[in-house]
Amino acid sequence: MIYALIPLLPLTAFLILGLAGRHINARAHLVAVPAVLLSLALSVGAFIEVASGSVISLPLYTWLTSGTLDIHIGLHIDRLTAVMLLLVTGVSSLVHVYTIGYMHGDPGYARFFGYIALFTFSMLMLVLADNLLQLFVFWEAVGLCSYLLIGHWYERASACAAATKAFLVNRVGDFGFMLGLLLVWYSFGSLNYLDIFPALHEATEVTMNLLGPFGGTWEVSVFTLIALLLFTGAVGKSAQVPLHVWLPDAMEGPTPISALIHAATMVTAGVFMVARLAPIYNLSPTAMSVVAITGAVTMVLGATIALTQTDIKRVVAYSTVSQLGYMIMACGLGAYASGMYHLLTHGAFKALLFLGCGSVIIALHHEQDMRHMGGLKDKLPITYWTFVVGSLALAGFPLTAGFFSKDDILVSAWSSGDLGRTLTLLGLLTALLTAFYSFRLVFVTFWGTSHVDPHHAEHLHEPSRTITTPLIILAVFSVLTGYLGIPSFLEPIFQTGGEPAVPHGSDGLMIMAAATAMGLIGMAAAYYVYVLNPDLPERLARQWGRLYRGSLNKWYVDEAYDCLFVRPTLAAASKLWKHVDVHVIDGTVNGIARAITWGGWLLRLVQSGQTQHYALAMAVGIVVLTAYLLL
Amino acid sequence: MMPFSSADLFLILPELLIITAACIVFVLDPVLRTSDKDGLVWLSLGTLAVCMGLTASQIQAPATIFSGLVVIDAYGAFWKLLLYFVTGLTILLSHSYLKEERLYFGEYYGFVLLSLVGMMVMVSSSDLLTLYLGTELMSLSLYVMAGLKRSEPRSLEASAKYFVLGAFSSGILLYGISLLYGATGSTRLPEIAAAISSRNLDDPLLLFATILLTVGFGFKLAVVPFHMWTPDVYQGAPTSVTAFMAVAAKAASFGAFLRVFIEGLGGLKANWSAMFLILCLATLILGNILALVQINVKRMLAYSSIAHAGYALVGVVATGHMGNSSGIASVLLYLSLYAFMTFGAFAIVAMLRKGGIEGDNIEDFTGLAKRHPVAALLMLIFMVSLAGIPPTAGFIGKLYVFMSAVEAGLPWLAAVALIFAVISAYYYLRLVMVMYMREPSDLSSTSPRMVMSPSLSIVLACAVAGVVIFGIYPNPLVNFAIQAVSALK
Repeated sequence: MIYALIPLLPLTAFLILGLAGRHINARAHLVAVPAVLLSLALSVGAFIEVASGSVISLPLYTWLTSGTLDIHIGLHIDRLTAVMLLLVTGVSSLVHVYTIGYMHGDPGYARFFGYIALFTFSMLMLVLADNLLQLFVFWEAVGLCSYLLIGHWYERASACAAATKAFLVNRVGDFGFMLGLLLVWYSFGSLNYLDIFPALHEATEVTMNLLGPFGGTWEVSVFTLIALLLFTGAVGKSAQVPLHVWLPDAMEGPTPISALIHAATMVTAGVFMVARLAPIYNLSPTAMSVVAITGAVTMVLGATIALTQTDIKRVVAYSTVSQLGYMIMACGLGAYASGMYHLLTHGAFKALLFLGCGSVIIALHHEQDMRHMGGLKDKLPITYWTFVVGSLALAGFPLTAGFFSKDDILVSAWSSGDLGRTLTLLGLLTALLTAFYSFRLVFVTFWGTSHVDPHHAEHLHEPSRTITTPLIILAVFSVLTGYLGIPSFLEPIFQTGGEPAVPHGSDGLMIMAAATAMGLIGMAAAYYVYVLNPDLPERLARQWGRLYRGSLNKWYVDEAYDCLFVRPTLAAASKLWKHVDVHVIDGTVNGIARAITWGGWLLRLVQSGQTQHYALAMAVGIVVLTAYLLL
Repeated sequence: MMPFSSADLFLILPELLIITAACIVFVLDPVLRTSDKDGLVWLSLGTLAVCMGLTASQIQAPATIFSGLVVIDAYGAFWKLLLYFVTGLTILLSHSYLKEERLYFGEYYGFVLLSLVGMMVMVSSSDLLTLYLGTELMSLSLYVMAGLKRSEPRSLEASAKYFVLGAFSSGILLYGISLLYGATGSTRLPEIAAAISSRNLDDPLLLFATILLTVGFGFKLAVVPFHMWTPDVYQGAPTSVTAFMAVAAKAASFGAFLRVFIEGLGGLKANWSAMFLILCLATLILGNILALVQINVKRMLAYSSIAHAGYALVGVVATGHMGNSSGIASVLLYLSLYAFMTFGAFAIVAMLRKGGIEGDNIEDFTGLAKRHPVAALLMLIFMVSLAGIPPTAGFIGKLYVFMSAVEAGLPWLAAVALIFAVISAYYYLRLVMVMYMREPSDLSSTSPRMVMSPSLSIVLACAVAGVVIFGIYPNPLVNFAIQAVSALK
């Protein structure tokens, strides 16, 4: 029962801060930080208990019952959940500490802590869910928290539309998720994991006729349909192509948010969901291929965009998109344990990189453009060294955590069939690009000559201890998580009777060597381009103008969506409004004008033309309905 | 001729009490000084509280009274309790709003109460003529209330337009009732049901009567294509009245409509569900698309309320299609949850003042989060709930409606409704974006500000509590709705 406190502690912190925030403003961290640290301690306890092989189930209360539907809010802790619990509470604790320094003196200090506590609660409930509906509810709740946080603390006016875009893009994904959810309920009569999974094998032959309402026939396996619909949600939340457009814009929020929500936790919910529902995905090879290919495309696309961005947070953001692609690809190839492993290590080193960016941004008084940085490594030694550790892990440098997890994905991918082999090659290519852009970031920001605004250059100094301590801890974990044996810890949950997903062999060594080589080549290339020949990048950009501009403008995906979806819808809506729903505003204004100038104004108002139109529409409605029912 | 028992009077005690309160308000209003008129507010609220207790005690004791004209049951009690609650909120909101608008009409509260009595009669009548009586009492009071801002042409226009079109629709409803009487020989719902079950269902007279009843109710429910009065009237009427119309009048109309179509015309389910399918799709499409381009918040909310009637109709179609009552229960649930969020949103609009007038354009919400963080946060919660995003009440309502559609074998209808729910997020969140992500242009005296008052705080607290609590723990309300529906014959 004590594990119920894992989510409830952050919730309590949120409630206290929400109700009494005004009175404890500058001391808000005294409420939030202990709460989340205690959560972390309990999560470690749960992890140890689960490691011994048990599964913890805690129903909290009955949420909905009616007819066949019976849904509880409950907690379900198995090995998969335990890993996520550690990641969420761990990163959240560090971000809480970091926030003390980062948001110091902000008028909304308590509110900010309140929101991240609320986010932590929602994220914990998401991973602890024992049924799909609870998962979905908190899936939306984390999105809402993210929206609130960006909305309250945007750093530039351009963020206005961006935060809303993030939310709307996610609605598209969630539309699919919700449909998938309804379909699961329709097919299995339940939404609880433990009811669905045993019932799966009974429904393997069930198909749905998608063209039924239109009189056609297109039989699709119900598993494929469910898996793909739910995956749409993951595409939105985990920023996969084609719904990846929101994540980089979400970077307009404060940096602790980027680290917590947009790197380590919320965006990984999609990967977690696919892994959680592995028994469903395993039954649909079609859906699995779609998942794998989507992941691979995202992986490559994200990396190519990250090459040219100049805002340091955006580089890291696109890198996140790309790394999420790795994880999704791994899940799509059946290597769930590898995907989750990478999720964990990535959570550590990407949070580190974001918090490092935040440290640089504070030191430079909210400058985010790389071109106005340079030469920072002597001024900000702790930030620099931890950043290098993070970048090494991201680039897959041997013996860092990122090396082990990325290698694990590539080896599993290679051994999973023809599609897997093709995608492994893409993965290796991406590894090269990753190493290149991550060290481009290091070299341009921390090395070379300083392009810092002279105003700030003089009193440039390392931020406070509450900021550097989390960096050091995360740097340690960026190496350490590679040695905890996570894949073998996770593998038992994903074994559903088939042979082990990852047979290691001599191929494994070959892939490992290739990945390492790619990483080293990428780093060397970055060193060659940005340190040895500082004028080379510009020449390259000119020489490959079209490619460069494409990457810089994120391959024009935003513009395409604007032209294809947003503008036509709005145009159609206003046409419809003008023509179908009468000239309302004009009509009213004219009506008033006439009412004032003419006598008998009450009659006038009624006879301004619209009233007859409205009555006419009703009459037409009667005729149409009569024709429909009687003829 | 009609057997009359004084025990029947006791069962309509809530109605009688409210009528008495309304009369007291009308009589005392002219003699009271403006400063004493607050007493009328407390009188009205006290009466509602007493009635709430009386009606709650009737849930377990169903009875048919006045020889079958009126029925007291859990179904009626569900709606009545909702209506008391909404009326109470309306009175509290009006208490602040009328002061801001300098509308010192005590009789306003009298009309609110009379209208409430009309609604109560509507949801508890098992005879079409009683029902007609109820709709007219409700509507006539609303026509007056809509035109209360006598100095404002738009308010008068709204009132006049509402009256003319309302009379037109009443005529259609009455015509439908008379045709149904001609076809079945009765106006009592049980007798109509019995007559239908022994007849050929393709009888054109019966079907035409059904169509006319549908149109009559369609007007009250603001279902496309009988919705056109809604934006004009909602925009023109005083905002407290708009909130009352959008929530209470809609709820009462749904209550009466469902009773007639299930208890009386249940035998024609197959026919009317096909018809409602068309109306439902048209309402979902037009309501949501047209809300996208509105620049006035009241108009936007008007189209939004049209769209919400569309979602509720999904549950009606599901019932007609499958014949199970979970569809109807989902409609009850949907409308009661809709009440909280819509009323809350209108309350915020009402109290956002710009100079002496209402700031009801979307621009007026610019930067509200900076000037009034609490009001902005509440509006955000209402908008998120209207968009159907968990963990708010709006999500629970949509979930149940969609599930009833899936259960009835109409997954594609759920999918269509879901698409429009996604589109609706755009216009609800646009308001949120304006509130949160734009700087207030200037802080001069003409820039919009929220006028807070104790009564408004109570209204907002009730509304937001409903949205949040029923989002997290909807089970009691769900069970009440199921219990209410099981009382329908």
